[in-house]
Amino acid sequence: MTKSYDAIVVGAGHNGLICAAYLAKAGRKVLVLERRHLVGGATITEEIYPGFKYTCCSYVVSLLRPWIIRDLELPKHGYEVLPLDSTFTPFPDGRYLMRDADPERNRRAIAAFSPRDAEVYKRFGQEMAELGRLVKPMIDDVAPDPVSRNPRELLRLARLAKGVRGQGDRWLVGNAKMMTMSAVDFLSEWFESERLIAPMSVSGIIGTFLGVRSPGTAYVLLHHYMGEIDGSYRAWGLPKGGTGAIAESIASSARHLGVEIRLEAPVDHLLLERGAARGVVLENGEEIRAKAVISGVDPHRTFLKLVGEKNLDPEIAQQVKRFKMRGSSGKVNLSLDGLPDFTCLPGYGPHLRGDITIAPSIDYLERAYDDAKYGAFSKKPFMDIVIPSLTDPTVAPPGKHTMSIFVQYAPYNLKEGAADWPNQREAFGDAVIDTLSEYAPNIKKHILHRQVLTPWDLEQIYGLTEGNIFHGELSLEQLAFLRPLAGWSRYKTPVDKLWMCGSGTHPGGGIMGAPGALCARTMLEKRAV
Amino acid sequence: MPQPSPFHERTAPLCRSYAWKDWAGYCAVSRYDTSHEREYFAFRETAGLLDVSPLFKYEVKGPDAARLLGRMMTRDVSQLKVGRVAYSCWCDDDGYVVDDGTVSRLGEKHFRVTAADPSLHWLEDCGRGMNVELEDSSTRLAALALQGPTSRAVLVAAGADVGKLKFFGVTQTTIGDVPVWISRTGYTGDLGYEIWIDSGSAVEVWDALMKAGEPHGIEPAGLDALDITRIEAGFILLGIDYYSSPKVVLKARKSTPLELGFGWMVDPARGNFIGREAILAEQKRGPAWHLVGLEVSWEALEALYETFNLPPSLPATARRDGLPIYADNGAQVGKATSHTWSPILKKYLVIASVERGWEKKGTRLLLEHTVEFERRKVAATVVPTPFFDPERKRKP
Repeated sequence: MTKSYDAIVVGAGHNGLICAAYLAKAGRKVLVLERRHLVGGATITEEIYPGFKYTCCSYVVSLLRPWIIRDLELPKHGYEVLPLDSTFTPFPDGRYLMRDADPERNRRAIAAFSPRDAEVYKRFGQEMAELGRLVKPMIDDVAPDPVSRNPRELLRLARLAKGVRGQGDRWLVGNAKMMTMSAVDFLSEWFESERLIAPMSVSGIIGTFLGVRSPGTAYVLLHHYMGEIDGSYRAWGLPKGGTGAIAESIASSARHLGVEIRLEAPVDHLLLERGAARGVVLENGEEIRAKAVISGVDPHRTFLKLVGEKNLDPEIAQQVKRFKMRGSSGKVNLSLDGLPDFTCLPGYGPHLRGDITIAPSIDYLERAYDDAKYGAFSKKPFMDIVIPSLTDPTVAPPGKHTMSIFVQYAPYNLKEGAADWPNQREAFGDAVIDTLSEYAPNIKKHILHRQVLTPWDLEQIYGLTEGNIFHGELSLEQLAFLRPLAGWSRYKTPVDKLWMCGSGTHPGGGIMGAPGALCARTMLEKRAV
Repeated sequence: MPQPSPFHERTAPLCRSYAWKDWAGYCAVSRYDTSHEREYFAFRETAGLLDVSPLFKYEVKGPDAARLLGRMMTRDVSQLKVGRVAYSCWCDDDGYVVDDGTVSRLGEKHFRVTAADPSLHWLEDCGRGMNVELEDSSTRLAALALQGPTSRAVLVAAGADVGKLKFFGVTQTTIGDVPVWISRTGYTGDLGYEIWIDSGSAVEVWDALMKAGEPHGIEPAGLDALDITRIEAGFILLGIDYYSSPKVVLKARKSTPLELGFGWMVDPARGNFIGREAILAEQKRGPAWHLVGLEVSWEALEALYETFNLPPSLPATARRDGLPIYADNGAQVGKATSHTWSPILKKYLVIASVERGWEKKGTRLLLEHTVEFERRKVAATVVPTPFFDPERKRKP
């Protein structure tokens, strides 16, 4: 007897699980197939070194939609987010900038570099939050379709326009600038001190193959002001138990709703009959049928591997290939038996409990990008560091620590070719540690274990094509109604009965969950399952 | 004017916010930093260290100690085993609650009672003609609450023998060279302990715990963080959620054990205890009020703020402003006495008293909520308390 499902979700990443949970909540019979031995995709915690739990890939959370948290009752299933409210930026000349949730403290800290910026900083935050609030409906709904004449679509556009109309010309100009400018140019319209502009500008480049002076990066800054925790607009959080615990809580909720999750069940390809997806074929040859298949993997893998190029309309195949993956970042995870001691701010303190950003100047960041442009990892990379164990003692033995270092740039395509990454992996890791030890010289002697993940590793281990952490770059030409393909932004694909729910669909990557939830919502509305 | 507690020389330099409040005549830290958030998460994720010295403490000793407390408390604490703690309330003759607190049996003839209000006179009055010795140990004893998932590990690291101490157990042990009493009790609804120390050794114990606790993420925590956790735990507070009977003039302001959800503390089969007749009569007739937990609908709150073109916003701290609660038909049927956003449950929680008939689980009510100086209403649902009840709280 072969079981029959309403839907099969390929990949137990957070979006796949969320999509499955919503479908199950609506009474559908759903099977989730995961290639690896654990759920989460890139939202995982793994004990790579005994006693130390790494949030291997994604490491902070802010955009997970509050309505998803409520709908799936995630706190009941173990979802806990701890505050990560400060950003500490050490500079090579022995000074530092520390920003946190206290406005007065920020004003004093920034005033040390520019009294003017110190005053403007708060107003900037307010204006960005306001902009973010107007853009927010975009990420809680399917992408607007600007070419449709369907009244429902026009209504959707009108709703968005309503928010915009009230804002007046100044806002429109500001928004147009955001859409087109570079992060540095945009920030320079507000601020004068590079000490502030440099660490702020990096929000515009995370996960992209662009530099802080590249046009279009300003828009990505906005995403960082849409972060919502507890329904209020605010900074980032650290999931208890690592980001894997988020995936676990979603999986637990999904199972509770009746979703079946099979681990170590790699899908080889789709079962296509008369051009429609009728199920999947596992690597071991097992066939599983369903009324619909939902791919949680990235657009390249979905179309070029699961469907197969030969089964695709050539035009679509070309479009898929043009969808930019090009991963640009890596991860270094450390087990430590002591804390880093920063030369500019020695000892233990609140600065270690927040975000630590190595972004000392604009030129530094742009040079890091220069290396990548010509196919090499940055010798002096931009780094975003957190020490989760300081806030969440469950991830390391008492008195010991885990450190997560997000590193950019690490281009997937080295000039020696992507396959040369295994040869350069440790050199890349060394560059990261060497750079960090310029600011915290004691770090080397505290390292018990080091995990280096290059974009090539991200592809090999986690199935992220070209190591792109967002399932495709979050650049303007790949967002909203253009994500993943023009005309196919509503989770439906050119292959009948095949749907997509991953970060490669609107509204994009990060632990946001909206693609998964919106895919399920759309499928139920269209009675696709 | 409030006076410093025995821990003041440690807490004062750490209190960078200068946010203090008066707790029973003592300076008590509201929050150490500008936001209480880290302290809250210490209670829930690591260990928060809170100075609870202002609690009123009484030693009840002598051959009639058990008899006195058995007569005074609604619970039969005279049967309490040595090394156990009971949480109970006590009432006046008319069956109205006077106060609530813990009773620890430290020895066959030695009990310790904690109270929110001064209670020596009450103990004296209850013990007239009995062979007891009463001591107000409030200033002689300093007290710390160490609450949170790593609290046990911190105490063990500090040398305290609490590895086997059960929920609501109490034991005598040492921290460093200082003899202390430790009870596995607290006001956060989490794994946690309260430590009772001779005031002269208070600072020594504070230092030992802070040092031993460092690898376990210990944080000094203040009352703002405590207030959120106690609401999550569904604990009520004297003077906020109810009033002490002898202190109020109006009968309407008084509360009975059944009205406060303390019905489980009353054993009708048991012999004489103060307030028994009135309480038994009320048991037959049913209480007029019920203490309930409410969960405010976030969707309703969001929709309400949306009408003002605003994102929803709630105060970051727990609130004690009483708010009316309405039924759908607009009639007021209750009052909210404590409310807070729960960062861990991601819910807006309310402790409320509602009139009989509105207490059932799932009942839909309306809570007053002010936006932009306009009083509006948001939907809320009756839910069971405690709102937050982790397994680790009672796990061996």
